Amino acid sequence: MIAAVDGPEGLRRRLAALGFRAGRAVVVLRRASLRGPLHVRLGTTDVALRQAEAGGVSLRAVAPLAPQAA
Amino acid sequence: MKRVALLGMPNTGKSTLFNRLTGSNARVGNWPGVTVDLATAKVLVGAHMVELVDLPGVYDLHGFSDDELVVRHFLEAAPVDAVVVILNSSQVDRQLALAMQVRALGVPALVLLNMADEARRYGIEIDAPRLSQGLGAPVVPLSAKYGAGVPEALARLAHVLDQAGPPREASVRAALAEDHRREEEIESLLRTSVVVPERLSEQASDRIDQVVLHPWLGLPLFFLAMLVVFQAVFWIGSPLQDVVEWLFEAVRKSALEPGLAFMPELARGLLLDGVWAGVGTVAAFVPLIVVFFFFLAAVEDSGYLSRAAFLTDALMSRLGLDGRAFVMLIMGFGCNVPAIMGTRVMRDRPMRLLSMLTIPLSLCSARLQVFVFLAAAVFSPARAPWVLFFLYVTSFATVVVTALVFRRRFASREPFVIELPPYRMPTLRQVWLRGWGEVRHFLRRATSFIFFGVLAVWLLTHFPAGAAPAGPDTIAGWIGSALQPVLGPLGIDEKLAVALIFGFVAKEVVIGAFAVIYGLEGNALAAEFARNMDWVAATSFMLFTLIYTPCLSTVATLRSESRSLGFTTLAVAWPLALAWLFSFAFYQGMRALGF
Repeated sequence: MIAAVDGPEGLRRRLAALGFRAGRAVVVLRRASLRGPLHVRLGTTDVALRQAEAGGVSLRAVAPLAPQAA
Repeated sequence: MKRVALLGMPNTGKSTLFNRLTGSNARVGNWPGVTVDLATAKVLVGAHMVELVDLPGVYDLHGFSDDELVVRHFLEAAPVDAVVVILNSSQVDRQLALAMQVRALGVPALVLLNMADEARRYGIEIDAPRLSQGLGAPVVPLSAKYGAGVPEALARLAHVLDQAGPPREASVRAALAEDHRREEEIESLLRTSVVVPERLSEQASDRIDQVVLHPWLGLPLFFLAMLVVFQAVFWIGSPLQDVVEWLFEAVRKSALEPGLAFMPELARGLLLDGVWAGVGTVAAFVPLIVVFFFFLAAVEDSGYLSRAAFLTDALMSRLGLDGRAFVMLIMGFGCNVPAIMGTRVMRDRPMRLLSMLTIPLSLCSARLQVFVFLAAAVFSPARAPWVLFFLYVTSFATVVVTALVFRRRFASREPFVIELPPYRMPTLRQVWLRGWGEVRHFLRRATSFIFFGVLAVWLLTHFPAGAAPAGPDTIAGWIGSALQPVLGPLGIDEKLAVALIFGFVAKEVVIGAFAVIYGLEGNALAAEFARNMDWVAATSFMLFTLIYTPCLSTVATLRSESRSLGFTTLAVAWPLALAWLFSFAFYQGMRALGF
């Protein structure tokens, strides 16, 4: 569950447009090899983002739930 | 004439819809205040003749990215009669915000829910009439790819235009000012008009991703896929290229040479070797560009290109590039020209320019011909493959060096946050339109530049009149001698320097130039090289040929794609400097070691 999203305004808006909003669930599906980007899913949208960008998204733990649609 | 702007987020099928509505009559045009070409086309909508403008895909109207700025400037500067917003139905929850921003623009709007079929597969239901009430604009579900719902959409657009007042500039600033108040409105609209199932059904894309993005298998599979695409492009493209060259040669032999026989030799040479050869140089690229973009469109439309970016990002981010740049770089090893055109998939200008700077350093198939010839002439059959391998490694090294040197100057402004769309089957129609569209673009933008370049090289190598072609008494010969203080330390003599001037037209021309300069052909020419050139000098010459300047067609493409003379100059000057450094270091280093 996403608690808050911060970072520079441009990044924040891009994340919001892709569905990163407080209160929404996010599932980390995988990570590219060699410390590459993360592959996450928000609802019906799959997003790839680098560690640096993901740093602005703070999460709140929820009861472990079966990954959606996986 | 009414003007309608087509707007939507990336991956919503906006361009697919544009192509469907306009067929192949789209053209690119310049707009005030906008730095990129926008595709426009005239379409009949009801009783209105409409100029439809395809705006770049954007996430919102604020203008943080290059594309968003383009859209914002366009909407502020060009009066429009209506805006058509296209949304991806299965992602309507997050895309509604853009439709809301458009509503606040104060311009008549039409909202299209694309990929309605995909949403249905997810079990998402959208109440279009209710959504329409909330958005204050008609809402039409459709499939841009297969055409369902398109007639209805056009009918609604005609209706919107019937009722629209005079065209006006959109008030983007006002629309954005209310942004923060919109969140709740979106939420309530979603609650009343969209049903998203609690658990989404498993999609085929997930199963494909499990293999394709596998931690260990992913990269090898990617390289395999690249290899297959690369081979396919050049196995299909090269023979077609040969056909075009053969046709030009046949016309020349059977029609032009006899037909122009009455002319004085110099004028005939100008027409045949200058003008006709120039046209032939341009034409030879056409099959390659078509085939390349067939495949690129297929890879892009299928959704694999963004996966490639995901897979290779760890490698490329250190160079200030991303995975899409990697794909184009690999393609550059076949031919630089379509690869540079292909960088258009990168939406961030600095990164695109950096990518365009590195691509001409990849060892293309034209250069390979020269190296195969020289390596076979000077080296033993056992050594020759190693020479080629060494040149490929050097090519990669120059790419890395260039990226590292210019990484800061062309620093990307965009965050690496990209969508991985579900896999989709590309349609033949889309792929076809893309291929021809790109060829038209290339022909329109690059033809005259290439043509005059070929002509100029012909003049350099044939004037003053009376001098033996490409001989020491021509302008090219003078330049070759004048450059001796610079090229001598690389082991490149006057004759080779003249060959390099020819090589500016196209790298493979270097072999033909040798034949003219030395007056020898085939085995005799190879024997001459074996006698006069040791392996150090030959390798130094190959290194220089590998790196020095991009060929004329590549330069023309760099200029038309970057639209910047300064950048084009850099893209020619930097490799020249790099070539000199590499060759100098190699030649003098080897000589110092006693070879």
